[in-house]
Amino acid sequence: MSFFEAKAITKKFGGLTAVSNLSFTVEQGEIFGVIGPNGSGKTTVFNMISRFFPLTSGEIYFKGKRIDTLPAHDICKIGIGRTFQVVKPLRRMTVIENVMAGAFLRTGSISKARHKAEEIIEFCNLGKYTDREAKGLPIPLRKRLEIARALATEPELLLLDETCAGLNPKESEAAIALIRRIRDTGVTIIIIEHIMKVMMGISDRILAINFGKEIAMGKPQEVANTPEVIKAYLGDAYA
Amino acid sequence: MLLGQTIICGLLLGGMYALIAIGMTLIMGVMKIINLAHGALVMVGMYVTYVCSKNYGIDPYIGMFIAMPVLFLLGCLIQKYMINRLVEVDSILPENQVLLTVGIMLVLTEAARLMFKSDYRSVTTSYSSDTVFLGAMSISVPLLIGFFIAMVFTLLLHLFLTKTDIGKSIRATSQDRDAAVYMGINSSKITMITFGIGAALAAAGGSLLLPLFYLFPDVGHLFTAKSFIITILGGMGSTMGAAVGGLILGLSESLGATYINMGYKDVVGLVIFILVLLFLPGGFRSLVKR
Amino acid sequence: MRMNMLNKKFLLTIAFIILAVLIPVVIKAPYQLHILILIIIWAIIGTSWNLLGGYAGQVSFGHAAFFGLGAYSAGLLTLHCALSPWWGILLGPLVAALAALPIGMICFRLRGPYFALAMLALGEIFRLVFLNLTDFTNGAKGILIMPAITNKMFYYYTGLGMLALTLLATYLIVNSKIGYYLVSIREDQDAATSLGIPTTLYKNLALLPSAFFTGLAGAFYMNYVAFIDPNIVFNLTNVSVMVILVVMLGGVATTWGPTIGAAIYIFLGEYFRTTLGSANVLIFGILVCLIIMFLPNGIAGELDLLKRLTQRKKASLSGGV
Repeated sequence: MSFFEAKAITKKFGGLTAVSNLSFTVEQGEIFGVIGPNGSGKTTVFNMISRFFPLTSGEIYFKGKRIDTLPAHDICKIGIGRTFQVVKPLRRMTVIENVMAGAFLRTGSISKARHKAEEIIEFCNLGKYTDREAKGLPIPLRKRLEIARALATEPELLLLDETCAGLNPKESEAAIALIRRIRDTGVTIIIIEHIMKVMMGISDRILAINFGKEIAMGKPQEVANTPEVIKAYLGDAYA
Repeated sequence: MLLGQTIICGLLLGGMYALIAIGMTLIMGVMKIINLAHGALVMVGMYVTYVCSKNYGIDPYIGMFIAMPVLFLLGCLIQKYMINRLVEVDSILPENQVLLTVGIMLVLTEAARLMFKSDYRSVTTSYSSDTVFLGAMSISVPLLIGFFIAMVFTLLLHLFLTKTDIGKSIRATSQDRDAAVYMGINSSKITMITFGIGAALAAAGGSLLLPLFYLFPDVGHLFTAKSFIITILGGMGSTMGAAVGGLILGLSESLGATYINMGYKDVVGLVIFILVLLFLPGGFRSLVKR
Repeated sequence: MRMNMLNKKFLLTIAFIILAVLIPVVIKAPYQLHILILIIIWAIIGTSWNLLGGYAGQVSFGHAAFFGLGAYSAGLLTLHCALSPWWGILLGPLVAALAALPIGMICFRLRGPYFALAMLALGEIFRLVFLNLTDFTNGAKGILIMPAITNKMFYYYTGLGMLALTLLATYLIVNSKIGYYLVSIREDQDAATSLGIPTTLYKNLALLPSAFFTGLAGAFYMNYVAFIDPNIVFNLTNVSVMVILVVMLGGVATTWGPTIGAAIYIFLGEYFRTTLGSANVLIFGILVCLIIMFLPNGIAGELDLLKRLTQRKKASLSGGV
């Protein structure tokens, strides 16, 4: 029984099939990458897992239990956290209040939530910005805040959506280092990216998709050398 | 034949409601705001036509052509100098724009009350109590005339939106503002013009209804509610939907008044409104698409 | 530094409470007390609305429904059961809160402007139903009662007590986990869901006390003003919309904002009414437009903004972050 399993999941929006018959498993402690060009359906997969809309068909299992029928807010409760491709900070709340909003999932006490939030903020190197309003933060910090907030919910599986998009190389490195630190604490990670280089460096295994369908799956080197993947990324292959 | 008469009168009335609602749906489509002052614009249009009739002896159906440009101008001014301001403002309540339209509604209503008092007024012409007989049913003449003029306007508007450049620009801005801007459309000018057109349509519809309704400052509230129901029924931004929605509302009001109770006829519309919001938020337009 | 700020707020609150309690010692004229009582009533409605609208971000255009239900609970007890309308003070809030359950169930399926419109429609439906059920409610004739107590000071202190209760409840809710969750929902409902927050549940958790205290204000209104009819208490413009304006005036999502807004609204309204005669509502409308256009966060909100801007200026001047 794998830690996380998606079985033949499909999502149609009217006439458009965004995700078609995808199946994959993720083992505990892995960093599992999902890669594909823009519009290939990656974020739709995340939206399916976090139940932002119902699946057209297929099943999803987490720790042996079926989760694709749960209400959206229960997904986090059972241990799956996520970040959004276009970050969604709670703009008029401060950094620490944002993270506390996450921490409150596991506690009802303000002081415990605050304490937990402070720990997470330190872990993510956001200490300098603790009392800053989220809406005043630049993008790299907003992305880090998004991760911190998700971490505060004590996830066992973390879905990271395009964490490095829009970041310069130095910021990307810091983000990657953070992701590794997170994995070292025992959290399993599924990460979406469309930049091959980032994925190669960080993932244990990769699923490559295009037009909602799987085109390759396996170790990063194998996937990078698959002809279909190279075709899909013609020009971007070794960016 | 009571049923037949009820149905026909309802539909005729609905045609005029539709004209007012088309104005609102145009505005909603382009500006994406809820305009709670729309009924007040109808009221102002009605008063303009009323004054033309009472003080200058101009027939209401001619006075309408004076009220329309007046309201067009008023609408443009309101949009450009008041509502437009709020686009850049970032406040906690996104419903700021809606509240501004409430403020505008208050100002217009109270200004009217100051000038005309709260008296119920009406306009009578030589033919306003005439009726036409269709078999055993009697239909009032103003109802018929109003309906036909409303349909002509609706058709003209449809042609305007589909055949002229400005019309197409309006539809483009309504569908995707950013894309429209990229295509070189001056979105603020289009927004202003659309609000003006919406106001002019409100004035037209109101003027057509003037021989049939009592006029008083608060009559605007009535029309705002009806316009909303029709807009949501037909689907925001859809002129054809508003036309159909208007007919449906007119019909259900008429049936409600005849068969249930005069007082509850407005409740019918409101209940339909909530049901549509809950179960068919795209209105009729979304049904047709499927 | 945090302790200092808490102390300052606490002291200000105590000072305000003492002031409020002592006012009738100085101000005894019935007219002036009447003004203060009106302010209290609007402060209660505004504070309750603010919980749902300002903090949870669900802007209701139909709160008159709860106000009217509270008022009619009190009035109908007298009309049909020959009981003192003061029992309405207990019944009114309960009826309003009970009505909030199905109302929430229906309306919270909708978001943003659709929610606002649905609440608006519901408020109007209540008005029309109460207007037409003449056997039950007396319809447009309304309900007139003979108040047993006419001493304005009594109403002032009772109202003040209710306001204190409302403010306390709001304060406790906002400064708890619920408060954080409500603001999260307001700021980004999808993000909130992804953090495990059951958004519909919490929206209802905000709606219930909001309806409860608005109903309380309604029942109190019945007792104080002694006459109600559906067009007064279920009124869209004068109640539902006005409460939003009152809260906006004073400052959305602040504890004292609605009270400040109520004071401004009543003082201004009375001032205009006595000095401008029939043009007073017009001037008021113009003022509303001006405030929305230029002070969108209300007086308290803009003061807050000003404070933070000056703080940041000081910080940057001294070389901080």
